[in-house]
Amino acid sequence: MMLPRRTTLLGGAALATIGVAGTARAQLTIDMTRPSFEPVPIAIVDFKGDAVGAQMAGVIRNNLQNCGLFRVIPSSAYIQKDVDATSPPRFQDWRSVGAAGLVVGQVTSVGGSIKVDFRLWDVVTSQQATGLSFTSQPSNWRRLAHIISDAIYKRVTGEEGYFDTRVAYVSETGPGNNRTKRIAVMDQDGANNRYLTDGKTIALTPRFSPTLQEIVYMAYGENNGPPRVYLQNVDSGRRELLGNFPGMSFAPRFSPDGTKVVMSIAENGRTNIYEMDVRGRQLRRLTNSPAIDTSPCFSADGSQIVFNSDRGGAQQLYVMSAGGGGERRISFGDGRYATPVWSPRGDFIAFTKIGSGGFGIGVMRSDGSGERMLASGFLVEGPTWAPNGRVLMFFRQQPSSGGRVGSASLHQIDITGRFERQVPTPTDASDPAWSPLIPQ
Amino acid sequence: MSMIKALSALAAMFLIAACSNNETQTASAATTTVTPGSVGDFRQNVGDRVFFDTDSSNVREDGRQTLNRQAEWLKKYGNYQITIEGHCDERGTREYNLALGERRANAARQYLIAQGIPASRLKTVSYGKERPDPVGSDEAAWARNRRAVTALE
Repeated sequence: MMLPRRTTLLGGAALATIGVAGTARAQLTIDMTRPSFEPVPIAIVDFKGDAVGAQMAGVIRNNLQNCGLFRVIPSSAYIQKDVDATSPPRFQDWRSVGAAGLVVGQVTSVGGSIKVDFRLWDVVTSQQATGLSFTSQPSNWRRLAHIISDAIYKRVTGEEGYFDTRVAYVSETGPGNNRTKRIAVMDQDGANNRYLTDGKTIALTPRFSPTLQEIVYMAYGENNGPPRVYLQNVDSGRRELLGNFPGMSFAPRFSPDGTKVVMSIAENGRTNIYEMDVRGRQLRRLTNSPAIDTSPCFSADGSQIVFNSDRGGAQQLYVMSAGGGGERRISFGDGRYATPVWSPRGDFIAFTKIGSGGFGIGVMRSDGSGERMLASGFLVEGPTWAPNGRVLMFFRQQPSSGGRVGSASLHQIDITGRFERQVPTPTDASDPAWSPLIPQ
Repeated sequence: MSMIKALSALAAMFLIAACSNNETQTASAATTTVTPGSVGDFRQNVGDRVFFDTDSSNVREDGRQTLNRQAEWLKKYGNYQITIEGHCDERGTREYNLALGERRANAARQYLIAQGIPASRLKTVSYGKERPDPVGSDEAAWARNRRAVTALE
């Protein structure tokens, strides 16, 4: 209902590029593979026309500033106060305030719709870097601002953006010994927060489909009923039980093509990993050990599954073939390893590590080499990847004291370990799950 | 009138409470306050929970003694259905702790079955680290949270 159809959202074609892109645009690009770089200074002028234009510019500023790759120049510094959205700006004025890029836009009411034109000017070369035009329902203005943010990010970094996405998470309220835990979903920047479960029973571990706006999660039944896995559409709210097993089923996660869900089923003290075909609901057992095998996650190409197991004593990470078999350990550092999550790019596995000094979030290459810790704390847990594989979100829990439960909050961090920031949520929050880019 | 009556009854209760506090909380002192065969009786005089070492589901000697008392009591009062809740301290990940809680609940269940409680009376559920009791982040709180609780209905 929130989602526009591709035809209406992208009703207009990309604007023709004005002029030919030059070669001297070094200052409006970032090479994220370099060990260090300066954030790109960028000015984002309130979009002209409709009042929503100023709000759109605000959303774009917030996105770009928060990702750490940009330095948004405050509007109080601007020399050219009135910038036309369609003709070139006075480039010298923008060079004077130190901008490498300038974003301008125009919002026009067309019948019941809004038409949004935006351009990114390369101030260094005095040329248009990119420009797009959209027509959509007025209520979609935030999404349009995120799509524009993604276009700017892509033009500057050469990588896909992640702003037009959502995050599902566990909202936590109430006393520590009887906490209400509900599944909530919000836009990546914290806007449009809403709840997908009613909080009557504990719901945990939401995981987004890589292809659809659907999640799987675990929820307890009423009256002490065993935890089960549910599939729920984020937009329609339609919810289905995914298999009714005698034992607890939990730790669900989609395959990259969205057709399968892997999960754990616990029975008689053993926890093994199973795969369920979402459409046919056929169940297939993938591990068969007396240990705890859980937190399974497919590789980006769907050919392998990484999971954690205590089969060798302490919890470690193992990789097996997607159909089961060929299990091999990949983590060998000190401490216990948990919640492995394969990057959508396929290059890294993010994980939670538990050592004597506390918890950490780290990444390693998919063969287990090159381990790097990104964040640490009393309790940090549950990494999830942005769809471009450049940013992780996770949660931090503070220690409890005096019978009061420590607060829990969502945080995001660049895979280089830079730019950690708290993601705003209306309540305490844990266990984030990042969506794919929303289909346009 | 009725108000004064109620007040004097309250005062009497305080006296009793003060007395039992002064005694060293012996089982016999407690039995006077609960109906034998009630859930309160089970909790106070038998003990509804056993504790585990870090990342372990082995039933310790102190746990075996509690479970022996539970089995004896549950045989005497055969009308109760039993759900064993498995719990963990907060120093594990959420999903792993759900599995560890199930393992602890199952360990307690198997022990009670071995003592002669019919398997059909015994269900298990794991709460992982989601229902701490007490709420706390020190060694003492963690030790109390690594537990299997026998709940009756």
